[in-house]
Amino acid sequence: MARKSTTRRVVVSTIGAWFFGFLIFFPILWMVLASFKTELEAFAIPPSFLFFHWTTENYATVQERSDYVLHAMNSIIIAGGSTLIALLIAIPAAWSMAFSPTKRTKDILLWMLSTKMMPPVGVLVPIYLIYKSFGLLDSRIGLVFILCLGNLPIVIWMLFTYFKEIPRDILEAARMDGATIGRELVYVLTPMAIPGLASTLLLNLILAWNEAFWTLNLSTSNAAPLTTFIASYSSPEGLFWAKLSAASTLAIAPILVLGWFSQKQLVRGLTFGAVK
Amino acid sequence: MKHILGAVCGASVLLAVPAMAETTLTIATVNNGDMIRMQGLTGEFTKANPDISVKWVTLEENVLRQRVTTDIATKGGQFDVLTIGTYEVPIWAKKGWLVPLANLGADYDVADLLPKIKDAVSLDGKLYAAPFYGESSMVMYRTDLFDKAGLKMPEKPTWDFVIDAAKKLTDKAGGVYGICLRGKAGWGENMAFLTAMSNSYGARWFDEKWQPQFNTPEWKTTLTTYVNLMKEAGPPGASSNGFNENLALFNAGKCAMWIDATVAASFVTNPKDSKVADKVGFALAPNTGLGKNANWLWAWSLAIPAGSKKSDAAEKFIAWATSKDYTKLVASKEGWANVPPGTRTSLYQNPDYVKAAPFAKMTLASIDAADPNKPTVKPVPYVGVQYAAIPEFQGIGTQVGQQFSAALAGSMTVDAALAAAQSATEREMKRAGYIK
Repeated sequence: MARKSTTRRVVVSTIGAWFFGFLIFFPILWMVLASFKTELEAFAIPPSFLFFHWTTENYATVQERSDYVLHAMNSIIIAGGSTLIALLIAIPAAWSMAFSPTKRTKDILLWMLSTKMMPPVGVLVPIYLIYKSFGLLDSRIGLVFILCLGNLPIVIWMLFTYFKEIPRDILEAARMDGATIGRELVYVLTPMAIPGLASTLLLNLILAWNEAFWTLNLSTSNAAPLTTFIASYSSPEGLFWAKLSAASTLAIAPILVLGWFSQKQLVRGLTFGAVK
Repeated sequence: MKHILGAVCGASVLLAVPAMAETTLTIATVNNGDMIRMQGLTGEFTKANPDISVKWVTLEENVLRQRVTTDIATKGGQFDVLTIGTYEVPIWAKKGWLVPLANLGADYDVADLLPKIKDAVSLDGKLYAAPFYGESSMVMYRTDLFDKAGLKMPEKPTWDFVIDAAKKLTDKAGGVYGICLRGKAGWGENMAFLTAMSNSYGARWFDEKWQPQFNTPEWKTTLTTYVNLMKEAGPPGASSNGFNENLALFNAGKCAMWIDATVAASFVTNPKDSKVADKVGFALAPNTGLGKNANWLWAWSLAIPAGSKKSDAAEKFIAWATSKDYTKLVASKEGWANVPPGTRTSLYQNPDYVKAAPFAKMTLASIDAADPNKPTVKPVPYVGVQYAAIPEFQGIGTQVGQQFSAALAGSMTVDAALAAAQSATEREMKRAGYIK
């Protein structure tokens, strides 16, 4: 039986939720506000919250100095491409591990995850040399490839846990009705796993979008995504917070919008359990 | 057939257009005002050299250093021109990572480069990088506050005078602090300042046998003086202040004195950014009468990595960007106050520049007062004023910087910080094989 919800409880929990929501959102809000300040105001102590001289000159400077569209396109291609390829590899892998596990499945899963435990800088030089030999430095394909490989363990793990929640009986029932593996995958498994797939896709997209080690180290100008665009606004000698904030706001805008629109899927996927 | 022929001709015309720009230079740089200005003026270079096009990669200083080091060590060939500091030039040149600059052109006038700066970017008499802008450090002070307190800043102040003035000018209730100094940990942050300061107190990083010297009384005096001064006359939270934080404080009128890079002079005197633009005076960095001032020497310079396949075009670009004509170009477009300072003698003899830049004289005097080959009172085995030009210094300098920053924050005593610095440096120097 559902607990009776009193008005007071609703009010308290609503205020609490808004408070924590605001707390989490605050750094982003602060960044957006700073992007409309002058450099001196962005650095001012005590800082002014809303009552400052609003200006869009930072955005104009950023537009003038950098090729935002090129960087954004690179980000879309690299994040999107690496996510799609990762899913193509991860779905069959997770499927086989979830539905026909062997004695070594657990070890394989752990081994895959262990690759994420090494700091990336440890393999920077070998990877750089390999990329140099194959002509992949500063290429979108090279970045798609490395981000795909980097995120693959997480994608497989996530999908594996989602697939495991699906009762095998349902698949067996489908098989009894004469479904082939292909049909079983398309008509039975996929519809049930869609929320899980969607959230994996989105999470991986965000991870790839924000990835700042490989994208900074393996690209120079042609394949440079938005991470390089942001990094170019930090300055050792000169005030830069407002311009950096403007660049960051522009860089996160696409993924923020995407996140807003697919919020429902994301929440559903993250809280997804069995076939509720 | 006609159509096909037409299409082929059209295609070849299209293909021929990009063939005009045969060489594409990739230039790695940091986001400093002078570099951004150079980026904006690239069009002038490509207009004069239509067969060369230029691509810019601007990165944060530390990211740039790591990125460029990886590329250069693996001979990746991703960059044709690098922006590097005086710290890297001798180290990288020794490793054979840089192409010596021998063809800068007849009218380049190498002899016009400031001798100290030229030394800092040369190895064994060969130029391995061309200085783009040079800097030292000096005292920037508020003339109005000094007048009000009846103080007069000498041209060559001693530390005793600076400390005394800082205490007198501190008005914590009014939000004005006697002195703002770097406190943020990092070999290029607080350690740049503290190493330069220690030179003036007769301290040194290593003795002639590479033995670390943090257990000497000179270092103890340096660090004790710094911590006490900042406690009494410095702004709150100084241990997280770097160049930019202090710049913002000074521009907002909260510091009576600030000792930092000479390049800051053009920022603090710019009325657009600074509230105190017309009330700033300049003086040499302080001394203790031992013959060394607490000022450093640095030059952001352009160099060609050994992996570049376009070194001829790259050298052409470097010659353009560090030439006298480039200075004139910037002056004609943005005014004399905005030309890159600290690299050429002729600039300081130019009456237009001296008139537009009230800090010119002191910048030149500061640069002249620093000697990377003889940075301290006692002899040292290393080159560099505010650093020791050995590859290990970045790591050691930052480690020591963290201890000193902790001492400033009060979470550690001066003695403990010095002891920790000594043992960390000894350990690293042993590991690197300098000492046994």
